[in-house]
Amino acid sequence: MDPIALGLDMGSVSTKALVLDDSKIVGYAILPTGVNPQNSGKKAVAKACLKAGISMDDIGYTVATGYGRINAPYADSRITEITCHARGAFFSNTDTRTVIDVGGQDSKVISISDDGQVIDFQMNDRCAAGTGRFIEVMARALEMSYNSMSKAALNSTKPSKISSMCTVFAESEVVSLIAKGERREDIAAGLCHSIADRIASMVNRIGLREDVMMTGGVAKNSGLVKLLEKRLKTKIWVPEEPQIIGALGAALIAREKLPSKMRAPREKPRKINYHPMIRT
Amino acid sequence: MSEDYKKMWEELDIDLERHDQLLGGLSQLYTNVYLLQKNRPKGMEYYDYVISEVHGLRIKELCDFRKKGNKVVAYFCLYVPEELVLASGAVLVGLCGGSNFADQDAEAVLPRNICPLIKASYGFKVARVCPYFQAADLLVGETTCDGKKKMFELLGELVPLHTVEVPQKPETEQARKLFFEELNTLKSKLEELTGSKITSEGLKKSIETVNAKRAILERLVNTRKASPPPISGKDSLLVFQIAFYDDPQRFTQKTTELVEELEERIRKGEGVVDAEAPRIMISGCPMAIPNWKLHNIVENSGAVIVVEESCVGTRYISMGQIDNSSDSVDGLIKSIADAYLNIHCSCFTPNDGRIKDNIQLAKDFKVDGVIHYSLQTCHGYNIEAKKVESALKEQGIPMLTIETDYSGEDTGQLTTRIEAFLEMLKK
Repeated sequence: MDPIALGLDMGSVSTKALVLDDSKIVGYAILPTGVNPQNSGKKAVAKACLKAGISMDDIGYTVATGYGRINAPYADSRITEITCHARGAFFSNTDTRTVIDVGGQDSKVISISDDGQVIDFQMNDRCAAGTGRFIEVMARALEMSYNSMSKAALNSTKPSKISSMCTVFAESEVVSLIAKGERREDIAAGLCHSIADRIASMVNRIGLREDVMMTGGVAKNSGLVKLLEKRLKTKIWVPEEPQIIGALGAALIAREKLPSKMRAPREKPRKINYHPMIRT
Repeated sequence: MSEDYKKMWEELDIDLERHDQLLGGLSQLYTNVYLLQKNRPKGMEYYDYVISEVHGLRIKELCDFRKKGNKVVAYFCLYVPEELVLASGAVLVGLCGGSNFADQDAEAVLPRNICPLIKASYGFKVARVCPYFQAADLLVGETTCDGKKKMFELLGELVPLHTVEVPQKPETEQARKLFFEELNTLKSKLEELTGSKITSEGLKKSIETVNAKRAILERLVNTRKASPPPISGKDSLLVFQIAFYDDPQRFTQKTTELVEELEERIRKGEGVVDAEAPRIMISGCPMAIPNWKLHNIVENSGAVIVVEESCVGTRYISMGQIDNSSDSVDGLIKSIADAYLNIHCSCFTPNDGRIKDNIQLAKDFKVDGVIHYSLQTCHGYNIEAKKVESALKEQGIPMLTIETDYSGEDTGQLTTRIEAFLEMLKK
């Protein structure tokens, strides 16, 4: 068996491993990162290999990415999640020019060129505003699960006004809205509006170019994606599994480093979606 | 060094326990950031020594100097001309403000969400951990930003203070007149402090001294145009930081030795990194000791910083060689005032000079990308970043904007952004 490429995306909330055989995703795994990222990384790799039906010895090259990429000493190289998300998104749809990636503690907007290279990007600083962490904290304040909060927002008729973007201040704002007797659905919708505003301003800073793809765990929140589409006046593509796009990009980079591929020129982008796409 | 200098620090009313913590932290940081670098020039040994004696030998020199009846003047910002201070017989030392060590002390008085440099400047005085501050007979402030201005008012309750007004529209005749008058007032203030008159002979000599310092620093800056550069950005930054408080003549001599070594390295084609390393320019806010945060992340990520458009870089020497041909004190002060208004600080409006400087430097130093560095809540640089970015973009030079403070909590995110920027440049 020819050596196989592995991408490992060690995010702040979940760890993703993806096995790529030539141009096909043959297995992937998503695990919570937890308090022992090194361990979670190894487990994710083992699980992805199991799904792919390969042994870990078949891996020819590993690229680690994500916030915890330094926690994978066994990786052959480390590339930032910005480069990897751009690669993964472009591979999934070669018409992608803007990637919105919202993960556990970071949100990023990446502008990519016609040949799939990063040309510019915006990333939040240490502040949790507009990230998955923000939604988690707010869901907790509403005593809802992450998923039920996303769904509840869709049932709102009159979204509450949340003026604060700061996670700490917004939480106390939510508490006072609950005290005022506002409906949880409306507060949840208000929070989605506030996150959409934050992300939209990052997109506008960099300049929107179509097509737009959203990746990262927060892209699973379809209410938020719809709001964002409205704000940006554009369609947003969401991959079937938006959480693995960083790992996919890492695996694509790893694939180029495989001995069998070393001399071959980088393949031209093809308008084939190996990874099924859905429109929201 | 603590045992040898303990008595001296006690006399300066230093809080010894906290001061020990400060120096302990500094020594560890310095080892990690500086001493583990590869291919360092031998000439950097002097600066290593200066840092190892940062609160020791230089403070002893200042104390001995004061015991003879001389005065020490402290400052934070380039607009306070060293030429005037030296001509009065005093010495000028820069105060640091580059660490969050004393934030808790500062926050007892100042708001929490202000510029980290302002917070540190005030905090180090109230915490009594900076012997330079303790040894200062006069602090000269300036009006470059509102935060500093107001902080100086509070600091003025703790130390003798004189504030120089820096005009905001330097192109106008009124501004040049105002700054000249301000420097004349500073001159009287210094004469009052030292009890000796500033003469034209004294000024001519001090202009010569500081010109020599600027000339050698300019030569240092120019060595970094080489590919690969003979010195790391971190080391060059340190040389500039030390320029703020070292004895000017000794500094010039030691820096000459360093520069000669660097020029020899260039002749031999020796660099501090591979020629393929991305060449980065840093543009923006000053970095006071021990703020090596950004340089450390950038150079640990495989790039090399080749120039700083900063108060600890090209702005420090942007006054150029000051004309000292006039025979009158007024004429000489006029030369100084005009030259100092060539420092393109973001407190100016408009500040097109700085935009032009950025483009010129990016070209002259053949940089692959620019990282714009702003201290948190520094409105001047933070907002001006947009203009710098647009101008660079027009020239096809990519820029990354960073806003940060002295804490380490955002190191992970900064590393990701910087590495992604470098990956973007390498493609």
